[in-house]
Amino acid sequence: MARIVGNDLPKEKIGLIGLTYIYGIGRSTAAKILAAANIDPYVKVKDWTDEQVTELRRIINDEYKVEGALRSEVQTNIKRLMDIGSYRGIRHRKGLPVRGQRTSTNARTRKGKARTVAGKKKVPRK
Amino acid sequence: MARSLKKGPYVSEKLYKKVIAMQESGKKQPIKTWSRRSMITPDFVGVTFLVHNGNKFIPVFVTENMVGNKLGEFAPTRNFKGHSSKKIK
Repeated sequence: MARIVGNDLPKEKIGLIGLTYIYGIGRSTAAKILAAANIDPYVKVKDWTDEQVTELRRIINDEYKVEGALRSEVQTNIKRLMDIGSYRGIRHRKGLPVRGQRTSTNARTRKGKARTVAGKKKVPRK
Repeated sequence: MARSLKKGPYVSEKLYKKVIAMQESGKKQPIKTWSRRSMITPDFVGVTFLVHNGNKFIPVFVTENMVGNKLGEFAPTRNFKGHSSKKIK
């Protein structure tokens, strides 16, 4: 059973995919890590030997920023934008899309579930 | 898309000269500028700019954290005061 940084352990998957269960590791990082550790990316997580797991742990700890450390870094970056009062910071504060997307319609990921506004008529199509 | 590193950050020549001149003379006076696209370089820290937003000049005091952003990011061009209450027919 592989338990790397925190409590990530999908054992029936191949190594390449298994590693992506760690926050901050996607497929390309996973491929790099496995190459660095000299492990076949298609060997399943449950078939890793203890030495291999130790080696993976060492690589991830030393060379990559994952899980909590990465999350807090992202949060600090957002906080910085908000504190200096830049446009992007203001969008974060208001919970609106940051990268210039339209907000007339859509943008539901940022704005949350639609709230019905009284008196809002459908815009007539011209 | 990010600007090529080869070129270095963009700062309007005129604005840069003004900032350097002011930092040397030690005078503290806001600099009026229309150059929203200029990057804030470390030389700009501690200077107040009056950045044009298309209508007025917005005072922007540059702190260390702002380095690397553009001046225009600190002078919003839109002014949203909320939706109007129910229309009377």
